[in-house]
Amino acid sequence: MPFDEVTLYVFMLAAFLGFELIRRVSPLLHTPLMSLTNAISAIAVVGAIVVLGQKDAPTLSKVLGFIAVTASTINVVSGFLITDRMLKMFKKRGQEKP
Amino acid sequence: MSTEHVFQFSYLAAAALFIFSLKWMSAPATARRGVLAGEIGMLLAIVGTLLRHDVVSYQGIFIAFLIGSAVGVPLAYLMPMTAVPQRTALSHAFGALAAALIGTAEYYQHQPHGFVMGAIVFETLLGFLTFTGSLMAFGKLQEIVPTRPIVYRNQNVLNLALFGAAVAAGVMLIMHPERTWLFPIFALFALIFGVLLILPIGGADMPTVIALLNSYAGLAAAAMGFVLDNKLLIIAGTLDGSSGFILSIIMCRAMNRSFTNVLFGAFGQVQKAAAHAEQRPVRSITPEDAASILDMARLVIIVPGYGMAVAQAQHKLRELYDLLTKRGIDVRFAIHPVAGRMPGHMNVLLAEADIPYDKLYEMDYINSDFAQADVALVVGANDVTNPAARNDPKSPIYGMPILNVDKAHTVMVIKRSMSPGFAGIDNELYYMDKTMMLFGDARAVLGNVVKELGATVKV
Repeated sequence: MPFDEVTLYVFMLAAFLGFELIRRVSPLLHTPLMSLTNAISAIAVVGAIVVLGQKDAPTLSKVLGFIAVTASTINVVSGFLITDRMLKMFKKRGQEKP
Repeated sequence: MSTEHVFQFSYLAAAALFIFSLKWMSAPATARRGVLAGEIGMLLAIVGTLLRHDVVSYQGIFIAFLIGSAVGVPLAYLMPMTAVPQRTALSHAFGALAAALIGTAEYYQHQPHGFVMGAIVFETLLGFLTFTGSLMAFGKLQEIVPTRPIVYRNQNVLNLALFGAAVAAGVMLIMHPERTWLFPIFALFALIFGVLLILPIGGADMPTVIALLNSYAGLAAAAMGFVLDNKLLIIAGTLDGSSGFILSIIMCRAMNRSFTNVLFGAFGQVQKAAAHAEQRPVRSITPEDAASILDMARLVIIVPGYGMAVAQAQHKLRELYDLLTKRGIDVRFAIHPVAGRMPGHMNVLLAEADIPYDKLYEMDYINSDFAQADVALVVGANDVTNPAARNDPKSPIYGMPILNVDKAHTVMVIKRSMSPGFAGIDNELYYMDKTMMLFGDARAVLGNVVKELGATVKV
């Protein structure tokens, strides 16, 4: 795979964007924020799928890819669900339980 | 458009949705929409990937999906809110493991040269060390591993040497990717370094360390994007990485410490010599006294800390909040950024107990209110209320921003015993004339205070 400098630009812009986005998050929500970003970075699952599902994958790639897909699926599922579970609890005064 | 390129557009949409997801996360009113955006983005990306032409064998993928969901769903729903720091540490471990293993698989399959090999080394180094480091953090939070900092002679020298060895092995692999025997040694160094890095970390530093591990796990995922030439991975991983990084900076600032100091300082060992003059008198009161003082107050500021989480006292605190509010007493909660074991820990616990979030105040907002407060009620917090941080240049926590509890007219402290806090530092607050101590388990003490208050209402 040849070196593609575009990926470095993507990285740099994402870093600036992340900084601007996260700076605005209220400290009230720092715990759900962490579980949300954790779930989002479990997008690594797509990389793991490609390694596991490729044609004629070597055994090592199959085994490691399988563990990686499992581990990141755990993060995707539990990350989004627990974030939502936490956010449901944040209520203003007088706000009824949903 | 052929199906060949479907996945590229699904990745583009997913990247946009992830950005919206974080944008909406900024305020409680839109935060749940943010989660939904993230979920849709994730679904699009996964479906797009399954349609890729280079993905041909589905059996293993679906079995892994099933196992992952079978573990993930109970992990999300059965985990008590007090265990959220542990779950977070565990998920950093899973994320880092996935990155490390994919890096390993790619290395052995292709043995690439140049830039890609550099990215693999970066990915696996961060992945392996974050994996064991996060498992150690999990162990400490779950109290399987001793939570006190574990220190020994030449610890920092040894750690740095090990890290140096791992980096050296990594650089050698970049120059000579064909030396496959070197890779396991490199991985082993990184794994051991992760363990040693967390050994000297005490509980009070956990918020910073959790945030830092979050950042590493994200960066490992971003590096995986470079290895697989996947820009969605680069974006999502970098967003996660910068989030963890910003949070750890916020945590460091809230303790007036630097990264190096957190990682290599071994907080809590320093104060052995200063365990002097322990036998100073303190004033202890009963829950009855506390109830009558609270009853006469107009403004009460409650300062929760890790002790509240340990005692599961947040629901009793909610009862107290209800009783006091019903009498027209203004009750506010003061949240220090590093209270608890992870960023935002206290907010989640108090929200769980149905305390409205507009009653939870950040340190900078509420600090000027303490002077008007009739009672400051400290529940299981210690170092974040210690006036020594302001007054005593010799104190190890000198310069740390604290909640100005000592400015209140009356201070009540609920505490198990007189043993010093996590950092092992004696708290001047307890010996002040206006301070009253309520000794005992926070939940039991608060229960008694609530009972007394409830009794006076009927009379």
